[in-house]
Amino acid sequence: MAEADTAGPIIRIRGLRTQFGTQVVHDGLDLDVRRGEVLGVVGGSGTGKSVLLKEVIGLMTPAAGRIEVLGRETGRLSTRGWEELRQRWGVLFQDGALFSSLTVAQNVQVPMREATDLTEGLIGELTRVKIGMVGLPHYACMRYPSQLSGGMRKRAGLARALALDPELLFLDEPTAGLDPIGAAAFDDLIRGLQRSLGLTVVMITHDLDSLAAICDRIAVLVDRKVVVDTMENLLKMDHPWIRDYFHGPRGRAARSAQAGTAT
Amino acid sequence: MSETLSTAPLAANRADGGQDGGAGWLRVDPAPARGAAGGVLHLGGVWTLDTAARLDRETQALEPGRITTVDLSAMTRMDTVGCWLVHRTLAALRMAGNEPAVDGLPDRFRGLFEEVVSADRPTQIDAPRVGFVVEILTRVGEATFGLCREARSLTAFFGMVLVKTLRLFAQPQRLRITSLVHHMEQTGLHALPIIALLSFLIGIVLAYQAADQLRQFGAELLAVNLLGISILRELGVLITAIIVAGRSGSAFTAQIGTMKVNQEVDAMETLGLDPIDILVLPRILALIVTLPLLVFLANIVGLVGGGLMSWAVLGIPPSAFLLQFQEAVPIIHLWVGLIKAPVFAFVIAMVGCYEGLKVTGSAQSVGAQTTRAVVEAIFLVILIDAAFSILFSTIGM
Repeated sequence: MAEADTAGPIIRIRGLRTQFGTQVVHDGLDLDVRRGEVLGVVGGSGTGKSVLLKEVIGLMTPAAGRIEVLGRETGRLSTRGWEELRQRWGVLFQDGALFSSLTVAQNVQVPMREATDLTEGLIGELTRVKIGMVGLPHYACMRYPSQLSGGMRKRAGLARALALDPELLFLDEPTAGLDPIGAAAFDDLIRGLQRSLGLTVVMITHDLDSLAAICDRIAVLVDRKVVVDTMENLLKMDHPWIRDYFHGPRGRAARSAQAGTAT
Repeated sequence: MSETLSTAPLAANRADGGQDGGAGWLRVDPAPARGAAGGVLHLGGVWTLDTAARLDRETQALEPGRITTVDLSAMTRMDTVGCWLVHRTLAALRMAGNEPAVDGLPDRFRGLFEEVVSADRPTQIDAPRVGFVVEILTRVGEATFGLCREARSLTAFFGMVLVKTLRLFAQPQRLRITSLVHHMEQTGLHALPIIALLSFLIGIVLAYQAADQLRQFGAELLAVNLLGISILRELGVLITAIIVAGRSGSAFTAQIGTMKVNQEVDAMETLGLDPIDILVLPRILALIVTLPLLVFLANIVGLVGGGLMSWAVLGIPPSAFLLQFQEAVPIIHLWVGLIKAPVFAFVIAMVGCYEGLKVTGSAQSVGAQTTRAVVEAIFLVILIDAAFSILFSTIGM
């Protein structure tokens, strides 16, 4: 099997430059995401977290730079290549982005119907498994997205993102808008699925509890570049924004909570 | 097929995403193994999404007879689909009365396998099917009750709007002048070109048809009577109302519906603002003002179109047309047409706003309600027009 592919990072970004008119968002940004890790992406408003995600998954084209995902350079892919690559990652958008005209079960089935030739029976069985895996109650299957709570919509969105057993999962603010208990449960769910499915997870988040609880490394977008390190090392850094972010009252509370559960 | 087990983590195992063309396989070994009185089912290789379609068929076609051991030690790659297929096969074996011992599942798949097994609960993912007759009866019943509910709540809305409109006379400061003027511009001024063009064409069509028939009797001049009365009494106002229902009624529903989806309407109520005052009344009043004006324009342009056509086809010069028009078409016909306009305007705007406020949650709902609004508005306009005809004929107008 492709050992070379395994050795390198799962995402490699080099010299990325993004600009809107005269406003430069990223300039010479380099980032590696390692296989099997959970990487949290943080940064102030307007530092281009969501833009970075969109560039990696091909919804936007950067002004300059190379992005390699799963060993393939996205800028040079053919339409066919994109199709293959897209099946190997799942994306959970902020509010689930479920198709409002389909039930939850049908939403989860969309990728399976589009990309595979599985039989109707097996698709139904797998839908049940995926919906069970994300912890949705059985009555949610037949509901429409507008009939679900925000937390359930996110779980349904996650089930759809996992429909094709991706290797790579992108999450955009997965715990935003959830109550603390719901957010913690969602963190556990992501961590659990990441371990059992062997996923690599890239999550944009502002939830310091999530960062402390489930992220192996944290990428901080500052000064149009990115600083990646573990939480421990980031705490020792002297950059003013990073210091304010992790040493602010919320950062301290999240860390002490984490230390409390660890002991 | 390699039987050696890699100690690499699961992630590494998934590395190439199933592009190496590896295949999963199953084999029944009927010879008694390990002294047991049954066969061994070997499952191995690549059990992932890419191989699932074939493995699905093969596992379902499996007729193993008596199996005492299921050997999974040759699994090289698995994902949730593969785990599900293995789990399903085991369940089928148990159903068939076997008590198979499961052997040799590589450790790196154990977590995933347990995850999938724990996710297998009886879950209904589609609505239960019912018989054809029951289905039809249910639908007819639901539609009938829905219609009654709709009529009742539309009447209730009508009452509420009426009360709040009357309140405006007591408290004129509640009227949103800016909004009113904006909607007058949107529904009136911007509708001028399309209304004028269509009325002109209707006038031409009418004159042409009249000319064909009346020429046979040498009664060409009666074309003027026909044009004048039909356009002023019915066609001008009806055509305008239908265009406005499609143009502005639908816009009202879509605007208010989108605000509903964005929770803007909820926000208004929280801030102590009345959505009826802010969203509904300006739209209704604006249309009540603009629709009669549009109808007047439609009448004039329709008559001009008819007049030009009469001149071209029947040779009636404009001076003769006007003379005959003054004699044959009394002013009452203009009033009969115009008096209907504010009523139609009220109905179109009210239905548009009502359906907009009934939007729930999703983007699809906005589309559905907009369709309803247009259909209901046009239906009500024609219904009320018929009622007016009866009314006018009884009082001899």
